[in-house]
Amino acid sequence: MAHSAALSSEQYNYDIVKKFAIASIIWGILGMTAGVYIASELAWPFLNFDIAQITFGRLRPLHTSGVIFGFGGNALFATSYYVVQRTCQTRLAGGTFWPNFTFWGWNASILIAGLLYLQGFTQAREYAEPVWFIDLAIAVVWVVYFLIFTVTLVKRNQPHIYVANWFYMSFILATALLHIFNNLAVPISLTSPVSYSLFSGAQDAMTQWWYGHNAVGFFLTAAFLGMMYYFVPKQAGRPVYSYRLSIIHFWALSFMYMWVGTHHLHWTAIPDWTSTLAAAFSIMLLMPSWGGMINGIMTLSGAWDKLRTDPIMMFMITALSFYGMSTFEGPMMSLKSVNALSHYTDWTVGHVHSGALGWVAMITFASFYHMIPRLWNTTLYSMQLVYTHFFLATIGTILYITALWVSGIGQGLMLRAFDEYGNLAYTFVETVAFMHGPLVARAVGGLFFLSGMLLMAFNIYMTIARAKQESTVPATAAAKA
Amino acid sequence: MLTDFWTWILDLGNSKTVALLIFFTTFVGIVIYVYSSRKRSERLESYRYMPLMDEDEADKRVKAAEASQAKGEK
Repeated sequence: MAHSAALSSEQYNYDIVKKFAIASIIWGILGMTAGVYIASELAWPFLNFDIAQITFGRLRPLHTSGVIFGFGGNALFATSYYVVQRTCQTRLAGGTFWPNFTFWGWNASILIAGLLYLQGFTQAREYAEPVWFIDLAIAVVWVVYFLIFTVTLVKRNQPHIYVANWFYMSFILATALLHIFNNLAVPISLTSPVSYSLFSGAQDAMTQWWYGHNAVGFFLTAAFLGMMYYFVPKQAGRPVYSYRLSIIHFWALSFMYMWVGTHHLHWTAIPDWTSTLAAAFSIMLLMPSWGGMINGIMTLSGAWDKLRTDPIMMFMITALSFYGMSTFEGPMMSLKSVNALSHYTDWTVGHVHSGALGWVAMITFASFYHMIPRLWNTTLYSMQLVYTHFFLATIGTILYITALWVSGIGQGLMLRAFDEYGNLAYTFVETVAFMHGPLVARAVGGLFFLSGMLLMAFNIYMTIARAKQESTVPATAAAKA
Repeated sequence: MLTDFWTWILDLGNSKTVALLIFFTTFVGIVIYVYSSRKRSERLESYRYMPLMDEDEADKRVKAAEASQAKGEK
């Protein structure tokens, strides 16, 4: 049985959680602004202004690294450090130095990588664009993160390790494995950021997509499920629906995710059996994914009224719904016949964003709205702004993904259409002209989402400012007395 | 016989089958472990309450404020 003996908040290391949470919001604004700008460039190409540094090719990795590693990564550091302390009822290991080392190391790495992208230096590996010396720095930070997390677990005051920590641990271990192997490269010299991958040809592609899909699986799914398994029960005030289901969810995801990366390479020069294997495991992944989604949503069983009154809960349940939707869409797109239509079209981009905006970002927003007032021992500045943020984010996501369904499926159908003589029915530029409308709608959807993010930043800023004011008022009053 | 078995396992060409056997049987073992005993099920389900055991003053304060806000907006 678990022990019930909560420590007071002064005994936890909340400073590091606060730093990561604020950094996450700043990166969220930067990364999403870059995203809206490049979405606008696709709709209105004149926005390139013939400046190399702000062209789509340079800003795109800045956007993906900014939102995945800046916004998402900092959110995961923040929540994992928060959850591990509270569920283990012990202070974070590593004193003040080592957690701060992970904060500055992680953020400096992303910042330098981003500045180098603008100058045209990348490894040209999707979601692994940082150059070799940044990769080395990230590996060192990650090992320290692993040690801090593990030592905290070892010195816990609870006999059992809560399941949220299992998900965080699998994310830390899998990310280390993926990052190190995918980034094995030979620099052309110690003073140059340029390097050559250790792999080549089809092996290089398979290594890259083993990394790429497991980054989605362990960084953007498992870790955020850790967030879900702690913050949904906390916000609902009810325990998770089934602990046994969470155990099966964890192991099934861990066993299956590693096999599916090759579905990104259907119909290319890879062995056909690897393609089939990836598709089969992708279909099987639907079961644990939906098991987890049902476990999260059913946590609210008996308290469904909260969905009318609590915007944080609305964020959580909508996030879980998008998790369910994108984990249905993913396996469907991994079927070779569907993939023949969807691959190399905007449908893929829309699918990624239904997971990234709908699931990852929304569960993060909800977790932050729950966690940040508790970190500063205050209440949220405005719950009305949370409502507004929720609707901006939801409308933005729906607009975004529906626009890209239209764009992607239309584009796929046009590229495959033949006339009665067996010639291609449409020229490439005709498909581009068709996509203009949906691309405008996509940029507007992104703008909705970014506006919500800005509202959140304002709400959190005011919450922290008020907390500081509250803490100085008694001190001033005491000084006057 | 045993030597043949080990030779088969160590043959890289059989790695896919070996991996499948190891992972599948381990996973089935986990499912059986989790659901087979009523006593164990009760113990595992008791861990559901862990996130609710760390309530502190900040938790109570935020909860009270959210509840009063929800009442006011009804």
